Amino acid sequence: MTLISSLSRRALLGAVAIMAVAVASPALANEKLKIGFVGVTSGPAAAWGTSNVRSMQTRAAWLNETGGVKIGDKTYDIEIVTFDDQKDPKRAIEGMEKMAQAGIRYVVGPNVDDGAAAVRPVAEKNGIIYFPYAFPKSLYTKPASNAVLGMIANYQSGPAIYKYLKENKGVKKVAFVAANESDPLSQRDGGVAAAKALGLEVVADKDTYQNDTRDFTPVLTPIVQLKPDLLVLSGVAPANAPLLIRAARELGYTGLISTETAQDAKVLEEGAGELANGFISVGGASTPEIASDTMKEFVDRYTKMFGEYNDESNTKVYALEYIIETLKADPAAINDVEAFKKTMDSFSAANPYMKGDAKLSYVGTTSFGQKRQVAVPMVVNVYKDGKFETLFVGTVD
Amino acid sequence: MEQVIVNGFYLGAQYALIALGLTLIFALMNVLNFAHGQMYVLGGFISYTIYGKLGLPFVVALISSGVTLAIVGALFERFLFRTVIKRSLREESTMLLAAATAFFLDAVILLLFGEKQRGVPKIVKGVYNDGNLIMPYDRMVVGILAIAFIAGFILYMKYSRPGRAMRALAQDRVAAQLMGVEVDRYTMIGFALGAMLAGIVGGLLVAITGINSGIGGPISIKAFLMVMIGGAGVVGGAIAGGFILGMLESVGLTVLREFGDVTYLVIFAALMVFLSIRPNGLMGKPWG
Repeated sequence: MTLISSLSRRALLGAVAIMAVAVASPALANEKLKIGFVGVTSGPAAAWGTSNVRSMQTRAAWLNETGGVKIGDKTYDIEIVTFDDQKDPKRAIEGMEKMAQAGIRYVVGPNVDDGAAAVRPVAEKNGIIYFPYAFPKSLYTKPASNAVLGMIANYQSGPAIYKYLKENKGVKKVAFVAANESDPLSQRDGGVAAAKALGLEVVADKDTYQNDTRDFTPVLTPIVQLKPDLLVLSGVAPANAPLLIRAARELGYTGLISTETAQDAKVLEEGAGELANGFISVGGASTPEIASDTMKEFVDRYTKMFGEYNDESNTKVYALEYIIETLKADPAAINDVEAFKKTMDSFSAANPYMKGDAKLSYVGTTSFGQKRQVAVPMVVNVYKDGKFETLFVGTVD
Repeated sequence: MEQVIVNGFYLGAQYALIALGLTLIFALMNVLNFAHGQMYVLGGFISYTIYGKLGLPFVVALISSGVTLAIVGALFERFLFRTVIKRSLREESTMLLAAATAFFLDAVILLLFGEKQRGVPKIVKGVYNDGNLIMPYDRMVVGILAIAFIAGFILYMKYSRPGRAMRALAQDRVAAQLMGVEVDRYTMIGFALGAMLAGIVGGLLVAITGINSGIGGPISIKAFLMVMIGGAGVVGGAIAGGFILGMLESVGLTVLREFGDVTYLVIFAALMVFLSIRPNGLMGKPWG
């Protein structure tokens, strides 16, 4: 009887303890701060959105693991809510509506022009700030105010690249080739205008290809015969870049090749090998010369989490960082995007991903008349033997 | 112009091989295999893994791609298409099933192999260049192999016992059954053969164009185009459709380049006119 009583007492105490822990746990856990993603994570352009999502998930897991993010007097765990728009504007709208229904105020994406334009009314109606990877200026100029460009636009990086190559590599003749889609075509037109403004001779400005082309030899045969000094792959998808480079080189093209979009070194290495040496692209804080220890740890964590790093994430790591740091600067902005917009004008914080005293701040005044762009470092890379090397670093104001 | 013609022939050989498997399955089962492109992609990734990652000989990779896809095709036929065909009288049921298998394979491939474009080391290095004509040696090898596979397929269908049985099935399913042809068995072999062809061409072309998980849909669409040009369910038509499309693409991209990306616009417009005149394509009759 004593034994039974003792066991019962112990069992009772154990049960009380378990219940106490169970009841206390939610009180100890951080609140969730949901950040959305609406973009393409399937189909031919899956790499664009996947690098976004994985960057966000890696950073969120890292922040949560280290205790969460303190915003005002509360500490939050970051939860990433994702929606695959399949590069379809209709689905992008659906995705943004779902974000609104979930009470999410900050969304990264969409990845392409038409998707970003399509979600604008939904975002503005529901008070959502979104960070597209799309270049139409109308998204960022007044009266628009809810979109924040998440990267460097081609009309910002293109002129800088062409100028550098004109002055340092003697480039005089330029040829452009682009996929027959809205983003690459608008990037090509912007590039052609910038090249002409610099006094370069544009020998090809109408050549296009279907985005699902697998063999680019027929596309590039007539362009290579024009013997340009520089071949610009306007808005090229990472999947197509090595194929275009390989086809051009195998056709005997010996000039320079560049693009204004971010690329992945591994993809170039596998797809074009040494033929990709010298290929110029725009990246983030990736190269050893400028990457901070935080950036290196981010790459390590991403690799551990997903098996392989994607160099596009050098740029895409920034959007979530900007959202969190801006909310830290003004905690009221968690539920008030107007407060967020006001904070953007004066916001400044340390850039954890770059060496030195680089700052996070919002820019875009020159291009959009208001600060609606994240200040991602404009690192112009050159590919060599499986790695990117920094050609030069520029800034956007 | 020599370069343009050679480019067209090379593309045509690739395209014809892609279209063969699709037309075979259509001929045997009246099924539009929307997953054909995804099967091509799976074959490409298998070759990438075996040749590119494990470093085994390319021929081993190619055989593995073909065998794996043959097994996948046989399983699809046995457990999915056969069941649906027996249970449903509506033709669109198999179309919906084919679309579902395409989405399923898309998702599985993305999950297994990731979102990145993949490539493998060149199987043959060097480029032939006589001043007028440029052709990398690896493309020549792939072009020759593609033509060899097409020839082998035709010979197999013409002279082997399973080939004759499949031709009989394609011509008249009921008559073939009455003559003692094992319908279920040869239908499964045919589906497996069609899937195997998709796997082989995916494995072959990974050496030239690499592979990524999102191109299954576009490959299927291109294969449908070739089949429409040549005539559905006709082997000769698929081959002709492949070469015609390859040549149109190559010539169009050179001749029409001044007008922007109108090559495919012209091809589609011409195809619409052509199909309105010859709805069954060039050789549109039951295959056999």
